[in-house]
Amino acid sequence: MVFFRKKKDMPDGLWVRCDGCKGVVYKKAIEERMSVCPECNYHFRISSKDRLKLLLDEDSFEEMWEGMIPADPLSFRDRVSYSERVISEQKKSGTKEAAITGRGKIDGKEVMIGITDHNFIMGSMGSVVGEKITRLAEKAAELKLPLIIISGSGGGARMQEGVFSLMQMAKTSAAIARFKEEGGLYISILTDPSLGGVMASFASLADITLAEPKALIGFAGPRVIQETIKRSLPKGFQTAEFLLEHGFLDRIVNRQDMKKELSRFIDYLQ
Amino acid sequence: MSEKSIIELENLIVEIEHRIEDLENASSKDSFDRSSEINCLKETKEKLQVKMCNQLTPYDIVKLARHPLRPLSSDYITLIVEDFIELHGDKRFGDDRAIICGLGRIGQEKVLIIGQQKGKSTKERIACNFGMPNPEGYRKALQKMELAEKFHLPIITLIDTPGANPDVGAEERGQAHAIAENIYKMFRLKTPIINIVIGEGGSGGALGIGIGDKFAILEYAYYSVISPEGCAAILWKNSENAPEAAQSLKLTAKDLLAFGIVDDVIPEPLVGAHKDPKLMANTLKKYIMKYLNELKAIPINTLIENRYNRYRSLGKYSEE
Repeated sequence: MVFFRKKKDMPDGLWVRCDGCKGVVYKKAIEERMSVCPECNYHFRISSKDRLKLLLDEDSFEEMWEGMIPADPLSFRDRVSYSERVISEQKKSGTKEAAITGRGKIDGKEVMIGITDHNFIMGSMGSVVGEKITRLAEKAAELKLPLIIISGSGGGARMQEGVFSLMQMAKTSAAIARFKEEGGLYISILTDPSLGGVMASFASLADITLAEPKALIGFAGPRVIQETIKRSLPKGFQTAEFLLEHGFLDRIVNRQDMKKELSRFIDYLQ
Repeated sequence: MSEKSIIELENLIVEIEHRIEDLENASSKDSFDRSSEINCLKETKEKLQVKMCNQLTPYDIVKLARHPLRPLSSDYITLIVEDFIELHGDKRFGDDRAIICGLGRIGQEKVLIIGQQKGKSTKERIACNFGMPNPEGYRKALQKMELAEKFHLPIITLIDTPGANPDVGAEERGQAHAIAENIYKMFRLKTPIINIVIGEGGSGGALGIGIGDKFAILEYAYYSVISPEGCAAILWKNSENAPEAAQSLKLTAKDLLAFGIVDDVIPEPLVGAHKDPKLMANTLKKYIMKYLNELKAIPINTLIENRYNRYRSLGKYSEE
């Protein structure tokens, strides 16, 4: 009880509770370590813009296709309409869609880079995300540059775009297939969370697959699985460590080391 | 509301069918002519069937696609394919009975058939995991498709799954990876591929055997990014809203044709394929033969290029 009273007294924003170790941690200490808990190495979710800053050389990013916005091909309506949802998500996330794509440099080496951002409708893949990833792979093939895609998508496919969203799994996979066949290097980085249609397409098709520690990664969401099997899930199920153990990852890489590792892979393979 | 009236109509139709059967049996015994009454009942039955088909909601269609008597992949294989040789096993982990693979002849054409299988009896359904494939099912399909490519056999896939199996074992063995790999490889297979949704086209689970050069769907089948129940549970916070979700998702054959996703909607017998599986199988066979003939005439590199472009153009967005 003392603990809770103490927390209440703490000034807002200086301390945060870590979702990993549940401890109370000095916010600045987390920020200094790229949003990683200094106590337990828990990797907080970060925005796509922050991630670009961590991975690319300063001021090297040149965004492409930033003007793409979703259409509403189904005139989809649940409790709110899809168009209203898009507007509110754009306000909330400060981005136009769930993927940011472009060209940048890692230790002076040029790359094509794309990131899906969980802040916009859970990073789900609709037509815009699918088209941007596809163009990114096509551009990487044309320019003969390494392709790096960072997934942070708990939503998988975007329901509100129905079958068009499903078709993005096909489209992105086809573009990746061509790119790889032409000899391109594709590195996929899986971050918390990477699930569903994104995992069952481009995110799983890389030459090198990396993940951040403890990231939730899988096909079906844990809640769906739990409802299906009607018992609790094994400890550590669907974490990056679980995937590594079952042979579906090349490496787990700490956020602080990611840029350095990417640079090494490019040196070896490009 | 419409759901109830559909059931009422269906019951009425079944009642009339029984009555017709009784009258025909009676006539065969006493050779008394009841033909005018029988004809009259047959006419009424057909009118009711047409009425029923005209008022089907998207969710009614989903239920027809899941109808317990609906013909399965195994039925079409029996009715259409001659000299079928089943091929088991993914040569890595096991044999998934939710996917049937095998060599066979359709007309004069030698083909590879791959079909998702739900099973008929309770025992079979459990063995087939209700048509929800595991990673080894997708890997088996891919292994046989590569065989077909090597020996220049066209591939026909029959899609009928509520979705890929969502359980612990499937995740341990890389469900997402298996589906992704199939999609990727199917784009590069140097042989014609025909995909037909015969019942449920459940999301990634369907797509795992669903890339090809021709894509058709039976009239009362559906194809969707998520089940109406799953969609309702997430967006309406209540799976009872599945009928509304089915409406919103635009998952019927008619919608898919309007969107340009499928090449054809294959017509079913009145009130559904289960009313006359033989007639359904014949229609299906005609479409498959037509597609095989069309695809055979296309040089393989053009075929692969067209396959890429077909999916490349799918998506709706605007650009500022």
